[in-house]
Amino acid sequence: MEASKLPGFLLRRGVKAAIVVLAIVVCNFLLVHAAPGDPASVIAGQSGAADAVFLEQLRRQFGLDQPLHVQLWIYLKSVLSLDLGFSHRQQQPVAALVLERLPATLLLTGAAFAFALAAGVTLGALAAQRVGRWADSVITVIALTFYATPLFWVGLMLVLVFSVWLEWLPSFGMSSVGVEMHGLEVVWDVAQHLLLPALTLGLFYLAVYARLTRATMLEVADQDFVKTARAKGVPEGRILRAHVLRNALLPVITFAGIQAGQLLGGSILVETVFAWPGIGRLAFEALLARDYPVLLGVFFCTSVMVVLFNLLTDLLYAIIDPRVEVAG
Amino acid sequence: MSLLRVEGLTVALPSGGDRPHAVEDISFSVEAGEILCVVGESGSGKSITANAVMRLLPKGLPVRAGAISFEGTDLLALAPEAMRRLRGQRMAMIFQEPMTALNPLMRVGDQIAEVLRVHGSGADAARRVPELLAAVNLPDPAAIARSHPFRLSGGQRQRVMIAMALALEPALLIADEPTTALDVTTQMQILRLIREIQSRRGMGVLFITHDFGVVAEIADRVAVMQHGRIVEQGLAAEVLNRPQHPYTRALIAAVPHGAAPDRADITAAPVLELRQVEKTYRRGGLFGARAVVRAVHDADFSLRRGETLGLVGESGSGKSTLARCVVKLVEPERGTIAYHGTDLRPLSRAAWKPYRRRIQMVFQDPYASLNPRRTVGETIAEGPVTHGVPRAKALDRARDLLRLVQLDPGAMDRYPHEFSGGQRQRIGIARALAMEPELLIADEPVSALDVSVQAQVLDLLADIRARLGLTMLFITHDLRVAAQICDRVAVMQRGAIVEQGRTAEVFAAPQHPYTRQLLDSIPGRGWTPPAL
Repeated sequence: MEASKLPGFLLRRGVKAAIVVLAIVVCNFLLVHAAPGDPASVIAGQSGAADAVFLEQLRRQFGLDQPLHVQLWIYLKSVLSLDLGFSHRQQQPVAALVLERLPATLLLTGAAFAFALAAGVTLGALAAQRVGRWADSVITVIALTFYATPLFWVGLMLVLVFSVWLEWLPSFGMSSVGVEMHGLEVVWDVAQHLLLPALTLGLFYLAVYARLTRATMLEVADQDFVKTARAKGVPEGRILRAHVLRNALLPVITFAGIQAGQLLGGSILVETVFAWPGIGRLAFEALLARDYPVLLGVFFCTSVMVVLFNLLTDLLYAIIDPRVEVAG
Repeated sequence: MSLLRVEGLTVALPSGGDRPHAVEDISFSVEAGEILCVVGESGSGKSITANAVMRLLPKGLPVRAGAISFEGTDLLALAPEAMRRLRGQRMAMIFQEPMTALNPLMRVGDQIAEVLRVHGSGADAARRVPELLAAVNLPDPAAIARSHPFRLSGGQRQRVMIAMALALEPALLIADEPTTALDVTTQMQILRLIREIQSRRGMGVLFITHDFGVVAEIADRVAVMQHGRIVEQGLAAEVLNRPQHPYTRALIAAVPHGAAPDRADITAAPVLELRQVEKTYRRGGLFGARAVVRAVHDADFSLRRGETLGLVGESGSGKSTLARCVVKLVEPERGTIAYHGTDLRPLSRAAWKPYRRRIQMVFQDPYASLNPRRTVGETIAEGPVTHGVPRAKALDRARDLLRLVQLDPGAMDRYPHEFSGGQRQRIGIARALAMEPELLIADEPVSALDVSVQAQVLDLLADIRARLGLTMLFITHDLRVAAQICDRVAVMQRGAIVEQGRTAEVFAAPQHPYTRQLLDSIPGRGWTPPAL
C-alpha cells in the first residue's frame, strides 16, 4: 500500500466503524432490556422494602417508567456525548468504572494474545517442517488437546497444579494484598499473577494458530515460487523463513484479527475463575445486579475495541501483502 | 565432453499409475552453445526429465537407474549442499507459469538479488540487478526492481524469471515450457530473447515444449518423447521435415499449418448481428478511485447461416466478453444483439429462455466446465429435460450424441473425472448439441488440449458443423487454429475489432498493423510442416 492512501483509508473506515458501533449500541440496549427483571426490582429486593409504591418510585427515579424508545433516545444522546451514564449501585460514573478496569483486561488479553500467536506460529512452523515425523505428531496431538479442552477446566487444573500442589504461583487476583512493594517488585508480582490466567486464555488460541500455520505452510510449500527458490539454490532454512512462512502468515493474521476481538469476550470466564479485576468480571457482576448502565458501558467499550482491532488487522494486512489495495 | 549428458535415466512413478516409470531409459546430451528441445504431449515425461536434471523431483518420484553428468560431475552422487550450490550458479531453470513462479510478497529486485546473495555475491546486487533487468529488455529497470510481481504483466514476469536465471551466468539453462502461458506476441519476444542471450553467452539450453512451432523457431536439436521414452532425436531440420518415427509423424501431421484454404463465400441470411455493443467495467464507487475498462466497444459483426466466424485476439482483448454478451452471461450496456432480427439484449430472463436452446456454448476448460458430481448422461440430458423433453427421451438422445462425438455410449453412467481432457471436451460438445442449437459459441475449445487431441476435436467440430448445418462463433487466441476452421476471422484488440474478412484474405494480406504483428508472431511461421 502506498503511504499517500493512508489518511483517506482511515477516514473512510472511521466513518464505517462509527456506524457499526452505533448499530451495536442500539442492539445492546434492546437486548439488555429484553431480559426479564429490572434494576428497580433487584434494589428493592435487596433493601427489603419491596412494596409497589417504592418500586414505582425507583422506576421513576431511573427513568424506567418511560417508553422503551424514549429510553433508547436518551441513552443514545448520552453515549454520543461520551457519557456512559451513572451506576446507582456502585455510586460511580460508568465511564470511570470501565476505565478503571480496562487496563487489567487489556494486560491479560494482550499477554494471552502475544503468547498464543508467538507460540502457536512457532509450533505450527516446526510441525510443518517435520511433517509426518514424530515431532509433528506430538505438536498436532498437543494442539488438538488444547483445542478440545474447556477453558475453565484448564484454568482450574493449572491452579490445582501450580498454586495448590507446587505453590509456585498465586491463584487469584492481580497483585498481592497487604504487601508494600516498589518499582520492579510490583512488575514481578503482577507478572506472577498474570501467568496462569494468560496461559489459560491463550492455550486455546495457541492450538488454533498452530494448526492453521501448519496447514497453510504445507499448502504454500507446494507453490511454484517455492520451487523457483529451490532452483535458485536458496538454502532450505531460508526458503522456509523468507518464502514459505511469510506467505503462510497471511491467513494467520486474518484469523488473529478476528480472535483479538473474541479474546475480550473469552476473558469474562477467565477473569471470573482467577478473580482478575478486569471488565469481564465487572460485566458479570453488573449482569447479576441488573446494573444496566454498567453492562451497556462494558458492551460499548468491548465493541469499540473489536472494531479497532479489525481496522488494525486490515491495515497490517495491507502493509504485509502488497497486493491488497486498502479499500473503503 | 558434453555440458550435460543424461544416460539411461529411469524415474519411477508411484505404484497405481498408468505406467511403472515416468521416464524410462532416456539418454541425451546438451552441448555448450546449443538449444535442445524436448518435445512431447502432456504426460510424456518431459517436465520430469527437466526436474530430474535439477534434482528437484518430489520424493514420490525416485530415480531408479541411469546417470546425469554435468560438466563432468555426476549429479546423482552429489551431496544435497553441493547440488544446492550448483543450482542458480552453474545451472538455472525457468518455469511455465510466470504468474505463480515469483514470490508475491517480495520485490522483484530482492528476488533477483537473492540469487546473488545465496551464492556469495550479494555485494554486487545493487549494481547487477538493474543491469540484469536491462539485459532482458525491461524498461526502467530501477522502477521494475522496486515493484512487486503483481504489478507486472505475464511477459514482464517471465523476463524477470530469465534475468534471475541468468544472474550468475550459468552454463546450462533449463526452460520448462517458458512461453506456453504467454500471448503469441509476447511468446515471440521471449523466444527471441532466449535465443539471443544463449548465442551471446554460449549457454547450453534444455528447452521443454509441446509446440512444434516453438521447436521450429528455436531448436538446434530435437528429442521427441512419448510415454516416458525418447522415440526420436536428431537435428531440428531433420526431425521437423523428415520425421521417421510414426509418433513424430502423427504429431507433426496434427500441427495446424496456418495456411487457410480458400473457401467459398457464404451469402445466406444473417443469423446473428451485433451493432454498437458496449461493455464497460467500472470499479470503485462513492469513496474509492474509479477504474474504467472498456472491455468491448466498436465490435460490430454479423454471422450468416452455416458460417464459422473466428474471433481472434490476445488475452484481455475482449473476445470472450463479446461472446458472453451474446448468451447474456455478460450484460452489455448498449447496442443491439440481433438474432434473426430480434434484439436479445433487452429481454428478461424469462423472455430469453426460448433462445437458450438455440444458442449454446462450449467452454475452454474441459476440467472445470463439467459438474464432477453428475454422470455424463445426466449432464448431457439436463438441458433438454429443463426445457420439457421427457427424461427417457433425453437420455436416449444423449446416447446418440455420445456416438456422434465418437465416444462409447457406455460413458453415460460414468463421471467426468474418468475421462481425459479431449474426451471431456467431446462431452462438452455433446452437451451443447443436446439442445439442438442453431448457433454454437465455442470459447477456446481446444486451447487446453494436446496437439493431437486438438486436431481430433477440430475435425469433430468441422464434421458436426457440416452434418448439422451449424453456425459457429469460434473464439481462439491461436491463429493457426483459426485458419484451419474459420470461414471468416475478426481480429480483436483492446475491446475493438480492428480487422475482419475472409480468412484466406486476412492471412495473405493483413491490413491492420496489429494483425500483421499477430501473424508475424506465429511461432515457426517459416516452417511449413511436410505433407505426411
